[in-house]
Amino acid sequence: MQTSIVIAGFGGQGVLFAGQLLAHAALDARKHVTWIPSYGPEMRGGTAHCTVIISDRPVGSPLARHPEIVLAMNQPSAVKYAPLIGLGGLLVVNTSLAEIPATRPDVRLIPVAANEVAEAAGDLRLANVVLLGALLATRPILPAPVVEKALERYLPERHRHLLDANRAAFRAGYASQDEQTRLAA
Amino acid sequence: MTIKLWKGNEAIAEAAVRAGADAYFGYPITPQTELLEYLSSRMPALGRVFLQAESEIGAIHMVYGAASAGKRAFTTSSSPGISLMQEGLSYIAASEVPCVLVDIMRGGPGLGNIQPSQADYFQMTRSAGHGDYHPLVLAPATVQEAVDLMSISFDLAFLYRHLVVLLADGILGQMMEPVEMPPLRTLEDQMPGWALTGAVGRPPRNITSLYLGAEQLEGLNLRLQAKLAQIAAYEQRWESYRTDDAEQLIVAFGTVGRIARSAVDQAREQGQRVGLFRPISLWPFPAQPLAQLSRHVDSILVVEMNAGQMREDVERIVGGPVHFLGRMGGMIPTPEEIVEALPMKPKAQVHRNGSNGAAPVKRIKERSYAPSA
Repeated sequence: MQTSIVIAGFGGQGVLFAGQLLAHAALDARKHVTWIPSYGPEMRGGTAHCTVIISDRPVGSPLARHPEIVLAMNQPSAVKYAPLIGLGGLLVVNTSLAEIPATRPDVRLIPVAANEVAEAAGDLRLANVVLLGALLATRPILPAPVVEKALERYLPERHRHLLDANRAAFRAGYASQDEQTRLAA
Repeated sequence: MTIKLWKGNEAIAEAAVRAGADAYFGYPITPQTELLEYLSSRMPALGRVFLQAESEIGAIHMVYGAASAGKRAFTTSSSPGISLMQEGLSYIAASEVPCVLVDIMRGGPGLGNIQPSQADYFQMTRSAGHGDYHPLVLAPATVQEAVDLMSISFDLAFLYRHLVVLLADGILGQMMEPVEMPPLRTLEDQMPGWALTGAVGRPPRNITSLYLGAEQLEGLNLRLQAKLAQIAAYEQRWESYRTDDAEQLIVAFGTVGRIARSAVDQAREQGQRVGLFRPISLWPFPAQPLAQLSRHVDSILVVEMNAGQMREDVERIVGGPVHFLGRMGGMIPTPEEIVEALPMKPKAQVHRNGSNGAAPVKRIKERSYAPSA
């Protein structure tokens, strides 16, 4: 079993951290895992993204041409990555900043107004964690409590004061997907 | 021991610290700058030397100086920066002082780009500078292996009083992976007998790369060649993966080695008997084990992120042409692409023509698609 996840958005939206959080949690769940950022010049003023591979076996390529899961935090990311999603994949899209891309019958779409959910949970900047919550509610690639625990363990020192808000945002993202959605996914 | 997620560059830096590095001199360049950044706080905190030089040329010559004083000195850079270091590397090799160099390769030639590449295989395995020598070149495929190899690099450099190169690429430098770090080694204040430590109360010592007499310089070269022969005898490293019953063999190193491992698994799932030979020491190249394996397979496919530099070594060792898949300029082969490039197709599709496989095809794929990095 191997899952590839691309998280993409503007620089500053926390896409790299969201990926690292997932990677830390995967390690805590005793999975094989790799995380790799985009480190090209596009980071300066454009979109940023990272790829996380979670697997039961040693990971070969840390990149995925057709990721199973894409978290698109803004419009350019949704446009760029939605068509690349692998067959039967999942697109979690931040509808606060992106239009829902043209539907693909094989791709399951999870629209989340992540900015609004994050703001209601305490801080607009936590939209990244909201999307992670929504992802894990619809496709439990890792147990949600492990990811929540990883927040406690790996939130950088300078953001410690936002730990409770992070936890609230993660739970709000999880709760944004009702039972029906969860079962359907 | 705990396993933690480490970014490649930072993990290599920490491994050097734990292996007892006394001094680091370097200059920033993507995709290896985190090494500098990490060491700029970590080394001074332990009372060791960190210095950002004025250039790569400055950095390598500072390493030369510190190494001549018997210190565990190292530097790191990426391809264009390594080119600038050539002079110093050659002087270090000629002076027979220990030195560890990390090259996090990026796309070339020229300033190229900052994406991962393996195009410095020739540069590193052939000489890494003018004159007759090879550095000992180690190529990790995972962040853990980079740490493990970094941990022994200073020991090897001091054992042979030679240049040891850790050759990785932008992927290994930038990616995070679980790593088990070795413990911090306590430094023994034991100066090697050749180190320049001030000649008070003892006869002076001399470390130089200048031998004006032809006879003397040939003497140095003979000594270097004898040392290289010894390194070649003792320091070959490689990994074989699922080769026991393999009909087709993939040969790949570093990042491509790990991608090829996935390709082997995928091909096996399709019923193809494929194995992987991954040289870990690129010089000395593990020739004997590859030659032996090559006698038991029907075809060999070399995969690299360059135009076929290691392929030349492989063809020399197996004594004939091999199949090749190469990506360049920062493009990264996928496991699917490697499976597709395997010369023998799954049994059901093979049209037997009496020969033991298709004619060798050497090709550089020019198809392009958006990579995800």
